Amino acid sequence: MKTVIFKTIAPALTAIMVVFSIFVLLRGHNEPGGGFIGGLIAASAIAIYGIAVGVENVRKALKFDPISMAGFGVFIASFAGLLSLGQSFPFLTGLWGYIPFGETKITVSTPMLFDIGVYFAVVGTIGAVALALEEEDDDK
Amino acid sequence: MISDQDLGITLIAIAPFLAAALAPFIHRFTKGHSGWVLAIIPASIFIYLLGFVEQIARGEVVNAGFDWVPSYGLRLSFYLDGLSVTFALLISGIGTFIILYSGAYLKGHVHQGRFLAFMLMFMGSMLGLVLSDNLVSLFVFWELTAITSFLLIGFDHVREASRRAAIQALVITGLGGLALLAAIVLLRQFTGQWDMSAMFGWSDAIKEGGMYLPILLLVIFAAFTKSAQFPFHFWLPNAMEAPTPVSAYLHSATMVKAGVYLLARFNPVLGDTFEWSLILQVFGGFTLLWGAAMAMKQTDLKQMLAQTTIASLGLLVLLIGIGTEVAITAAVLYLVSHAFYKGALFMVAGSVDHSTGTRDIGELGGLWRAMPLTFAAAAIGVAGMAGVPATVAFMAKEEMYAILELSSISDLFTNWTTTLAIVVMILGNAMMMAVGLSMLFKVFFGEMKTTPLKPHEGSLSIWIGALVLGGFSIWAGTQLYYFTNTILIPVASSIAGYGVEASLYIKFSMLTTLPFALSTLTWILGVVIFLAIADIRAIMRSFAKNLGWSFDKIFDWLIFGLIKLSARLTDFLHHGRLEIYLYVVFVGFALALILPLFGNFALPTMPPIETISFYEGGIFAMALVGLAAVVMAKTRLVAIVSLGIQGFAVALIFMLFGAPDLGFTQFMVETLSVVILALVMTRLHLDQRDFRAPMEIIRDGGLALIVGVGVTLVMFSVLQTTLDTRLSDFFTLTSVPLAHGSNIVNVILVDYRGLDTLGEISVVLAAGIAIIALIRIRSGGPQTGSGILKKITGGRRKKTAMANKTSKTSKVAKASKSTRAVSSRKASPAKSKASVEKGRKPA
Repeated sequence: MKTVIFKTIAPALTAIMVVFSIFVLLRGHNEPGGGFIGGLIAASAIAIYGIAVGVENVRKALKFDPISMAGFGVFIASFAGLLSLGQSFPFLTGLWGYIPFGETKITVSTPMLFDIGVYFAVVGTIGAVALALEEEDDDK
Repeated sequence: MISDQDLGITLIAIAPFLAAALAPFIHRFTKGHSGWVLAIIPASIFIYLLGFVEQIARGEVVNAGFDWVPSYGLRLSFYLDGLSVTFALLISGIGTFIILYSGAYLKGHVHQGRFLAFMLMFMGSMLGLVLSDNLVSLFVFWELTAITSFLLIGFDHVREASRRAAIQALVITGLGGLALLAAIVLLRQFTGQWDMSAMFGWSDAIKEGGMYLPILLLVIFAAFTKSAQFPFHFWLPNAMEAPTPVSAYLHSATMVKAGVYLLARFNPVLGDTFEWSLILQVFGGFTLLWGAAMAMKQTDLKQMLAQTTIASLGLLVLLIGIGTEVAITAAVLYLVSHAFYKGALFMVAGSVDHSTGTRDIGELGGLWRAMPLTFAAAAIGVAGMAGVPATVAFMAKEEMYAILELSSISDLFTNWTTTLAIVVMILGNAMMMAVGLSMLFKVFFGEMKTTPLKPHEGSLSIWIGALVLGGFSIWAGTQLYYFTNTILIPVASSIAGYGVEASLYIKFSMLTTLPFALSTLTWILGVVIFLAIADIRAIMRSFAKNLGWSFDKIFDWLIFGLIKLSARLTDFLHHGRLEIYLYVVFVGFALALILPLFGNFALPTMPPIETISFYEGGIFAMALVGLAAVVMAKTRLVAIVSLGIQGFAVALIFMLFGAPDLGFTQFMVETLSVVILALVMTRLHLDQRDFRAPMEIIRDGGLALIVGVGVTLVMFSVLQTTLDTRLSDFFTLTSVPLAHGSNIVNVILVDYRGLDTLGEISVVLAAGIAIIALIRIRSGGPQTGSGILKKITGGRRKKTAMANKTSKTSKVAKASKSTRAVSSRKASPAKSKASVEKGRKPA
């Protein structure tokens, strides 16, 4: 995309979208949001950035191949399920823990880990497909 | 509680698998001696089993096992009675010598370790099969024997004949396995039991129930395929492509007997009916004659043995089909004697092949001097085949012929089925004897002939097995009292389902009995056939040559027919025309929506419409504007974007009516759909405009309207039902206390239905990989599609000029500049079409 406005604003937009996607992911358990929606937002960010600056640059910025990220997501989602087996609960039973943090406390749980896995699976897959579709236009 | 005995008996079936896992490593360290090391496993199993013999001879049975899937009442259970223990003794005993033999026979072979591993795996499957009480584990082991024998037959996989034989054996015995599974399921449905031992009490109920015939046919089909009964016999001779130790083990004593075992096992449950005896006797008898006759045609030692094995299996099936006490006793005697002599003869054949380089009896002669020990083993083996006194085979034959009870000559006609069976047996036995004699005389007597290798006696491991088996044959044939009480009666009793009495003896008064007279007749006939065997062979060969077809050819015809049919079917369903795919999907969808409404003959009523606030109205208007824009759009790209407007309106409606998560997701999905669709469109190099003829507009528009109306009507009828809120109530109540989350949608996704989500993200990942692969293929990357697919897409290219499959190589140089910018694409349609045409050839 060659318009100056879009090229200028896209990096900022992408950064905001990625941060927002993480926010949506983390608040998902109690308010609208979650891994799936967060993943879609981040995937859109990748797609927009790809259109603006070219696929090569996005790949460089991402460091990892998006489809590997998707694989990582499925892996940690499964891993989150397996953790409960170690406590001799059935597969995917939610485990909850609280870490005191100053005044308040931070909640960590296997459903959260699982949701992070969903996030990666979605962002990786959709991002990979979008980049692959954009790529061909670049290298022609 | 798990007792030592449970563990021990389970280990009988499991230990060979464990040994198989280690076999390649053991082989690496012990090299030429690996056979000796690994033979310890079957030998110890044999000795362990011997410990049960006395107990079982007293008429007791041993049950053992572990819980497997307790929630379905499944146990990995084992059942030791006369039949199973005798089979297990044969498998482990002969297996010991076979492993030794394999160690020497394949000495120096690159993959000997792998071969030994396959052999041990097969042994474990076979032991599990005969000892299983639970029908599901019986089936699992049954299939494992099919798979391991596939590996063994196809061991020499660089040869096409081996591969073909392996696939053939797998297909045929695999079909039988499926039939067995069906039979097991039916039995379970009928009796509610999984265990074989529990079925015995159900015998009468099963026979009277309506499912008897299907169960019977399925069991018989399974047994016939495994035990190479006519017309499923042809895989067995082809399986001789396997290395000789495999033939000696699988195709004499073990795998092919699995079918006979199954029939014997089911005899107390399904046997003793008209259908049972009719089918078994007819097919068994015919297989006996067929196999024996075909054996005379052969000159290859292994082929001769394979064909006589078919005959022997037929004889066993025939005897089980007759089913009287005497017949069962005869079957047991014959089963044991056949395992001894046929195993020995196969090993002899391998030994001869190994030392001379040929197995053709025409090229062999006078070997007795060079290979005295092999000769001795062969002589005992052929004596068994001919049923010479002092071998256990003699007693088997006496017992077979004792089926005929004559008080007067007229009995011959009143009991004509028995008479016929006896005639068939005499003929079959005589032919087999002739084949045996021709093997013995051609190979070991007469003049020495020059063979590819200089004949020499093999090492200890090569001949020991054949000799020991021969020794057993004589031991069982002479130590009759002990043999009868420890083996014969327990086995015969488990086959018959009641206590069988038998006493075997040899004395001079036998010479005047009818069975002995029939035995003598068999011998005379055997010698006569032997003298004429060369002529018979010549006649049969010319006949077979003129016949022009064989079961093998029919099999090939069926298999290739199946392949062609599936190619046609794929061609039909997978034609590559996107347009037709879409029609099929939407017409099917429309039918699914509309037809149920006609079933009720009542259209749903319009739900009452509440007052609509102005902003709701605004959103509906927006959706309508989007819709109109889609229909009116001049270019495809505008249509796609307009569709996005409509989707956003729907997302807003979700928001307003209390489904923020859904609305949120809908926004993202709509956005991404538009982006990805636009990207796809740029790559397809389609016309910018979507030209349609008036007829096409009516057709497509009509279909769209029908689907739309259908969805609306379904929505109306859904609204008329009362909403069942039990699930939503449950989630509302429990999401915070149980799952610590107040967003129910998310809690359902990651907690209540976590397994579904895990499945879904796996699918998303898999779909992503597939999409990337497709894109790469289109970009001219490595094309690794199947031949059929290529053929189909290749043949259809002209018709699908616009579909995405056409431009496999999409490095269309001319169109690239314009496609880079999504919204400012200016390439003329004609030009891009032309470049697609050019682009077909790989750039």
